[in-house]
Amino acid sequence: MIELEGVSVTYGAGATLVRAARDVSFRIAAGDALGLVGESGSGKSTVLRAIAGLIPHAVGSVVINGRELPNRRPRESRKIIQMVFQDPYGSLHPNQTVDQVLSAPIAIHRLGNAESRIMAALTEVGLGREHRYRYPHQLSGGQRQRVAIARALILEPKILLLDEPTSALDVSVQAEILNLLTRLRRDHGLTMLMVSHDLAVIAHICDRIGVMHGGRLLEMTTAAALAEGRVTDPYSQQLLRANQGFDASGGVIDVAA
Amino acid sequence: MSAAGLRIGAPAGWRGWLLDPAPTSRRQARLGRWYRAWRGLYCNGLAMTGLVIVLALVLVAILAPLFADHTAAFTQTLQERLQPMSWAHPFGTDELGRDIYARVIFGSRITLTIVALVSAIVVPVGLGIGLPAGYFGGWIDAVLMRITDIFLAFPRLVLALAFAAALGPGIENAVIAISLTAWPPYARLARAETLTRRHAEFIEAAELQGASHLRILFTQIMPLSLPSVIIRLTLDMAGIILTAAGLGFLGLGAQPPAPEWGAMVSSGRQYLLDQWWVATIPGLAIFIVSLGFNLLGDGLRDVADSRAG
Amino acid sequence: MSDGPLLTMRNLRVTYPGDDGDFPAVRNVSFSLGRERLGIVGESGSGKSTTGRAIMGLIPYPGRVEADVMRLGETDLTRLDERGFRRLRGKRIAMVLQDPKFSLDPVMTVGKQIAETHRHHFRSSKQAARAAALEMLEAVHIRDPARVYNQYAHQVSGGMGQRIMIAMMLIAGPDILIADEPTSALDVSVQQQVLAIMDEMVKSRGMGLILISHNLHLVASFCDRVLVMYAGQIVEVCDTGRLNEARHPYTKGLLAALPELGNRRIELPQLRRDPEWLIDLPAAAGAAS
Repeated sequence: MIELEGVSVTYGAGATLVRAARDVSFRIAAGDALGLVGESGSGKSTVLRAIAGLIPHAVGSVVINGRELPNRRPRESRKIIQMVFQDPYGSLHPNQTVDQVLSAPIAIHRLGNAESRIMAALTEVGLGREHRYRYPHQLSGGQRQRVAIARALILEPKILLLDEPTSALDVSVQAEILNLLTRLRRDHGLTMLMVSHDLAVIAHICDRIGVMHGGRLLEMTTAAALAEGRVTDPYSQQLLRANQGFDASGGVIDVAA
Repeated sequence: MSAAGLRIGAPAGWRGWLLDPAPTSRRQARLGRWYRAWRGLYCNGLAMTGLVIVLALVLVAILAPLFADHTAAFTQTLQERLQPMSWAHPFGTDELGRDIYARVIFGSRITLTIVALVSAIVVPVGLGIGLPAGYFGGWIDAVLMRITDIFLAFPRLVLALAFAAALGPGIENAVIAISLTAWPPYARLARAETLTRRHAEFIEAAELQGASHLRILFTQIMPLSLPSVIIRLTLDMAGIILTAAGLGFLGLGAQPPAPEWGAMVSSGRQYLLDQWWVATIPGLAIFIVSLGFNLLGDGLRDVADSRAG
Repeated sequence: MSDGPLLTMRNLRVTYPGDDGDFPAVRNVSFSLGRERLGIVGESGSGKSTTGRAIMGLIPYPGRVEADVMRLGETDLTRLDERGFRRLRGKRIAMVLQDPKFSLDPVMTVGKQIAETHRHHFRSSKQAARAAALEMLEAVHIRDPARVYNQYAHQVSGGMGQRIMIAMMLIAGPDILIADEPTSALDVSVQQQVLAIMDEMVKSRGMGLILISHNLHLVASFCDRVLVMYAGQIVEVCDTGRLNEARHPYTKGLLAALPELGNRRIELPQLRRDPEWLIDLPAAAGAAS
């Protein structure tokens, strides 16, 4: 379904050159869920945005369903890939009601039946009529994220990209959203690519997990392997250890920068 | 919120309808938002004073014939010239025997016309240049900003004078002249606001949906830039009124016998010591209206800041 | 140095009056803090941050703070006005916040900021303050403190920024450090380091530490005692490592709702919020817990 080959993204030039992503390649079969895990600056979000077609100057090939997509995507292709962003506070326009947020994609692609589509989308993500005309600041974080998911699904995409969808949410809300995503994936046969810094969250949703660091894909493993600690790359091991809570025996390291 | 059900003492009635956290229609949602903003303004005494003054200006201008006699403003009665304030003439008469009160009332129409026309020109032009500059960046930004810089370099009154001198005196030309120099800061402001939001996630989301640039600019970015532009306009209004009055003072704005306040101040200059009311009353009118706009603008900015923060 | 608790709270109440009624952010919270690491855990809206701010006197008007007892050592905090709190802040209680990018002054070098704090509290000379600042930077394990002294906030990484904040907050030698989500904005590996530094500083100076966070596992693995807050109240008190013996259904629900590496459940058990949990718990009567 998704094939990445040699995707690289560079920002700036000369002294300020930043290689956000370096030669990243992997495949995801239709219906699978792949997770990319790494710390900030690892390039995981950059790769996601490159697949989404949000980085015009990305290098390398992105092949979706057999067709290579150019960096500047035609409008039609937008219906296949959609994305849920990290910050529920930032991904919704502050002056638009939920109704307006959901109507926009319908209007852009001139789909009919706006009323039924909007109500269906709201019901699917567990929201109701009473949420339809609220502004984002009148919704909780979890509700905002549901709206973001509804917006992503209203165009009936085949691929759903998720950029740290639950990082900004409370634990209890995170569980609800993760359950929602699991259900939606099952009901719609979605192919998912999820990015997070939280190993447990990624392992919950995704079968295969890629570890990224410094723009490079270090290794590709599975949730089961991670759980058993069967990782080869030393950085992955470090990540695994750090995810397990405070370790008093670690001692303190001096830092220079 | 987990403890949302703990609120004690929520309001009922139409206020409750407006403040309803679960609106059931687009209209209710929008009205509710306006109502909340209004309450922010309402708390601010000075802002309300400003609002009252501005509304008074609008009311007086529109309903001028109800407040004063049109003929009294224009009939020259030389026996009555330079009369002090009295019951017949609340603000006295000017050097041609015309009732100053009536002239101030009808002069408000000219002031309002200038205010409205300048706003109608400056806001769309400013947005039209600033929004694309901030959104597209690159050479579009460079070209548009250099054009803005050129106009910004002209001193307002001097350019207005030159323009009025070239095109001839009159209100329309005064308005054009003022607008030409007033729009650059709005373009800059719109551009700055756009740059702040350019990479926000909701913009990315819109791009991802396939929204065209025009759609994004109109439906997403412009609504966010509009409040600062409006506030800036309100605060600028005083300056615009004063510039118009200045032009009038120099004889380049509204032409006699139009009761333009600036022109009235000018013609009253020579009588300032003995018949002070001829120049001072219109001057006071200019002052009060400018103050009103300033207070209102400050209040609006406070409301906008508190909602953004 | 007294032997009693550093901080005593009995029935702390923080209320915010609002357009749609009064909102009780903190309801009858009671605890005491000794020379230990106390964690306060809760989701957003639980009142945990408000509690921390109330101790520092940082609840803005029109919020109201009331308590039967709110005592820092011998000082009665309920009677303090803004000036009184200002004398305490930094000197006796200090606070480290989440994002050093926002807590550090962007136009001053970080070293100067630390030195200024020293001068403010001790009226020291410029040289003495600079020396003290360099010493603190070394104490938080920053190699080459002289170079970092001259850097600006935007030039340092997140973890380094937090170390600098800790140095700045502890330079005046407070009794208590309140850390409000100090590691939430940091990468996981850096989190470990920052916590380790706080641990070392707190232990070596005999301070009390209150760690406020939403991360249950992190707090439970780091602190000696954990208070779980929900809707403004403390619903559970746990000792370190005994989280699995939690009794309140909210805590248990929260633990169950966390995804676990190695224990993949198709559906995570969702926390069912029982409205009973919102009911006011009985206020503390005698000695605080």
